[in-house]
Amino acid sequence: MEKMVVAAGFGDILDKIKAGERLGFADGVRLYRSNEILALGYLANLVRERLNGDKAYFIYNQHVNYSNVCTNLCKFCAFGKEKGSPLAYEMSVAEVRAKIRERLAEPISEAHVVGGIHPDLPYQYYLDMLKGIKEERPEIHIQAFTCVEIAHLAELAGKSLADTLKDLVAAGLGSIPGGGAEVFSPRIREKTCEKKLSGQGWLEVAKTAHRLGLKSNATMLYGHIETIEERVEHLEALRAAQDESGGFLTFIPLAFHPKNTEMETIAKTSGLEDLKNIAVARCFLDNFPHVKAYWVMIGPKLAQVALSFGADDVDGTVKEERITSMAGGESGGVMADSELIRLIRDAGRTPVLRDTLFNELKVY
Amino acid sequence: MADLHKLAAIGDKVLAGERISADEALALAMDGDLLRLGFMADAIRRRRHPEPVVTYVIDRNINYTDICISACKFCAFFKSPEDPAGSVLSRAELGEKITETLALGGTQILLQGGLHPDLPLSFYEEMLSFIKGYGIHVHGFSPPEICHFAALSGLDLGEVLLRLQKAGLDSIPGGGAEILCDRVRRETAPRKCSTDEWLAVMAEAHHLGMRTTATMMFGHIESIPERIEHLARLRDLQDETGGFTAFIPWPFQPDNTVLAGLAKTTALQYLRMLALSRIFLDNFDNIQASWVTQGPKIAQLSLFFGANDFGSTMIEENVVAAAGVGFRLSEGEIRGLVEDAGFVPRQRRMNYSLV
Repeated sequence: MEKMVVAAGFGDILDKIKAGERLGFADGVRLYRSNEILALGYLANLVRERLNGDKAYFIYNQHVNYSNVCTNLCKFCAFGKEKGSPLAYEMSVAEVRAKIRERLAEPISEAHVVGGIHPDLPYQYYLDMLKGIKEERPEIHIQAFTCVEIAHLAELAGKSLADTLKDLVAAGLGSIPGGGAEVFSPRIREKTCEKKLSGQGWLEVAKTAHRLGLKSNATMLYGHIETIEERVEHLEALRAAQDESGGFLTFIPLAFHPKNTEMETIAKTSGLEDLKNIAVARCFLDNFPHVKAYWVMIGPKLAQVALSFGADDVDGTVKEERITSMAGGESGGVMADSELIRLIRDAGRTPVLRDTLFNELKVY
Repeated sequence: MADLHKLAAIGDKVLAGERISADEALALAMDGDLLRLGFMADAIRRRRHPEPVVTYVIDRNINYTDICISACKFCAFFKSPEDPAGSVLSRAELGEKITETLALGGTQILLQGGLHPDLPLSFYEEMLSFIKGYGIHVHGFSPPEICHFAALSGLDLGEVLLRLQKAGLDSIPGGGAEILCDRVRRETAPRKCSTDEWLAVMAEAHHLGMRTTATMMFGHIESIPERIEHLARLRDLQDETGGFTAFIPWPFQPDNTVLAGLAKTTALQYLRMLALSRIFLDNFDNIQASWVTQGPKIAQLSLFFGANDFGSTMIEENVVAAAGVGFRLSEGEIRGLVEDAGFVPRQRRMNYSLV
C-alpha cells in the first residue's frame, strides 16, 4: 500500500510520519489540497494506530444546552438567538437539574454543558448550575463551557481567567469542551463572528485551564469561507499551544452546517471534505492523543468510515443536542450504544467505552 | 488473523492487471481492510477510466405496476394480487411521466414492475410501443419479469425477448439478480426466477444485441462466499457475451420488509463490497455508486472505491423509498459532488456514450 502513497506524491510525508517527524506548514497545505483521499487515509491511519491501536472510543454522555440566547450571533450559527427572540430559551438551574435527574437510571458518565453568550445571566447562575448537576449526580464528570463562555464568565466575575476557572472547578467543572475555536484567523473572525473572543483569547483560556490541571478539547469549524492556509495556521496554533501546555485531549473537526444560518448559500460539506479534515488533522497534530469523528455532525455512516481515516473516537450516545440539529444536521440526536458498538466492530476496531478523560470503562 | 503476505500478493496481481480467482476474492472479502481494497479498486478504476470523468444518466424509474405474485421477503414495494391497494399505471399517467422526464433532459425510462398475475404479453408490447412514441430509450423489464412473461405466454425466453425488442425494448436493467445463488433465492424469493434463468435471459438479450446491466443486492441472508459466487457467475457470462455495461451493487434496505429484523449493512461494508466488485469484475467497464441507499457523502466517496458512475438522477424512485430510505439528489447536486471530488461530471446514455 505504501507504493500507492508514494504514487500519490506523498512519499516524503510518508517518510516523515514513519520517522515520527513533525509535518510543516507546506505539508499541511499539500495534504488539504489533494484529493488522494486513500493516501491521506493511509498516512493518518499510521498515526492513529501508533497512538491508539485498534481502539475506537465512545462515551455515554448527556448534552445540556442551557440557553441559546447569545450576544455574539455568529453568521455560521443557527443556534444562537437574540434575547427576546421567539425562538430564544433559557433553562433555570432547576430545569437543568431536572434534566439530569430524568436520566439517573442511565449509565451516563459525562454532562456536556454548552450555551450561548448570555447578556444577563449572572456569574452565580453558572456556579449554581455546576453545583446543581453535581448534587443531582455526584459521580458525573461535567465538561462545560467553551473557552468563549469562560472568557465571558471571567468578565462577568471581574476576575482573572485562572481565578474564574478555580471557582468553576470548585463548583464542579471537570474539563472544557473544544467549541468556539472556529477558525482562529482574524480575517475569518472579522467576517463571521466579529464579537467573539479572538483566536489568541481562545488559546489563552485553554492554556490557562491546562496550567491549572484541567483537560480540554479543540475544534475547527471547516467548510465555510476559510482558506486551506487558514486551516493549517489553525492547526499550527493548536499544535504549538499543546507543546506549551499539553492539556488537549481531542481534536474535533466540525463540519459547517449552513441551514438556518446567515451563510445558508454555502453548500454542505462533502464526504470527501469531512474525511480529509479528519485525516489531515491526524497527520498534522502529532501531539494530540485523539481525533474525533463527531457522528452528530457528519452522520454515523461517515463517522464509521472515518475510523479508517485517522479518527479514534466517535463521541457518544448524544441526546438532546440542539446546536447541530438547528442547523439542519440530519443525524438525529440519539444513537443507541449497541449501534455504536456494532458500527465500530464492523469497521474492524475494538469498541471502548470511555469517560471524559479517556479512562477505559469497558472494552467490548 | 489476516495473512498480510497473501493480501499483498493479491494486490500485486491486481496492480499488474491480472485476473483474481474466487479464492483470492474471498481472501480479500474476509481480510482486506477498507484502505487496501480501496487502493486496489481505485487503481483499476483509473486504468479503465484514465480521464477524470464521472458519468450519470437522467432517467426516471417508472413502475407500471406494484402488483406482484413473487412476494420476496426483502421487498417493501409490492402489493399482493388480492390487495385492493395494488394498481396498474394508466396510459395517461405513463405519458405524463415521460413528458416530464423529457422536459428534464432525460434520455431514458427505467421501466419495471411487479410480476402481475394476468396481464398478457400484448399489454407489455403495447406499453412499449406507446412509450417509443415519445422517442425515448426504454431500459426495461428485469429478468424475473421476462421469465414471468415467458411462463404466462408459454413462449420461450428468446421469443419473448424478440417480441419485446420489436415492440421497442432497447435494453434490460440488471434488477432481480439479488444474490445469484439458488440457496439464497429459495429462502428469500422462491417464486422468482433461478440463477440460471436470470443469466439465460441476459445471455439471450446480449445475443439479440441488447445491452444490459447487472446488480447485486447484498447484506441479508447470503454468506460471503455466496457473494463471490454471484460475482463469478456474472464475470463468466460477461466473458462469453460482453453484453453487460455496468455492475451496480447495493445493500439490502430492511425497513418494512419481512426481513426487517436484520441489521443494516454499514457504509464501511458497502464501500468494501463495492471495491471488491471493481477488483473482481475485470471485464466490466463500469461500476455504479448507489447514492439512493448510501446518501451523498458515502456515494461521493464511492468514487475512490471503484465507482466511475453516479447512476441515475432518479426523477422518480419507489422501490427503495418503500424500504424507508429517503435520499434524494438533483442533477445539480450530483454534479456538485462529482466536481468536489475532482472529477468532471458528464451526462451519459444507457450505453455510456456521452450526451
